[in-house]
Amino acid sequence: MTIVFSWAVWFAQLCFVLAMTFAATRLVIGPRAQDRVLALDTLYINAMLSLLMLGIRSSTAVYYDMALVIALFGFVGSVALAKFLLRGEVIEP
Amino acid sequence: MTIHDLSPWITVPAALLLVTGGLLTLIGSLGLLRLPTFFARMHGPSMGNTLGTGSVLIASVMVASALAQRPVVHELLISLFIVMTSPMTSIMLMKAAVSRQGRG
Repeated sequence: MTIVFSWAVWFAQLCFVLAMTFAATRLVIGPRAQDRVLALDTLYINAMLSLLMLGIRSSTAVYYDMALVIALFGFVGSVALAKFLLRGEVIEP
Repeated sequence: MTIHDLSPWITVPAALLLVTGGLLTLIGSLGLLRLPTFFARMHGPSMGNTLGTGSVLIASVMVASALAQRPVVHELLISLFIVMTSPMTSIMLMKAAVSRQGRG
């Protein structure tokens, strides 16, 4: 049964890499700025999930911290970019 | 204890959850690539982010708990964080898109 699990981990990682490719394509061809921000948001979540797959495959707890940091900073970056698109300024006086 | 001597009662549900999460995330990103307008494109990654991340992290919790032979639930922190923050990002982006609609 372990072979099923390792194939599932490989399949999930392949799915996340393909999803990252789609998001990067949208990031390049996106017609407007909000499309690019949405593509960056999807890209960091897929990168975080791909790191978690690495963590399952190598059965260490190191990748968990990296995934948590990516989630935190990705959220801050996405909200800052969306706020900039909304108001033209990130931190308003 | 490594990943090769886990019992099938852990690996088969974890494998199902991983395949489900991978497919959901892939379909969400395909929607981001293929849908015609921005307001239609908002829908795909939201589903992939919340549901796909949830199932993948539940599988990760199961495998980590079976490897350590005690409950390891700190991966649920990422899931909670994503579930809390993804709608906020969507709301901000949607407001920005609505306010930028008239401008070129």
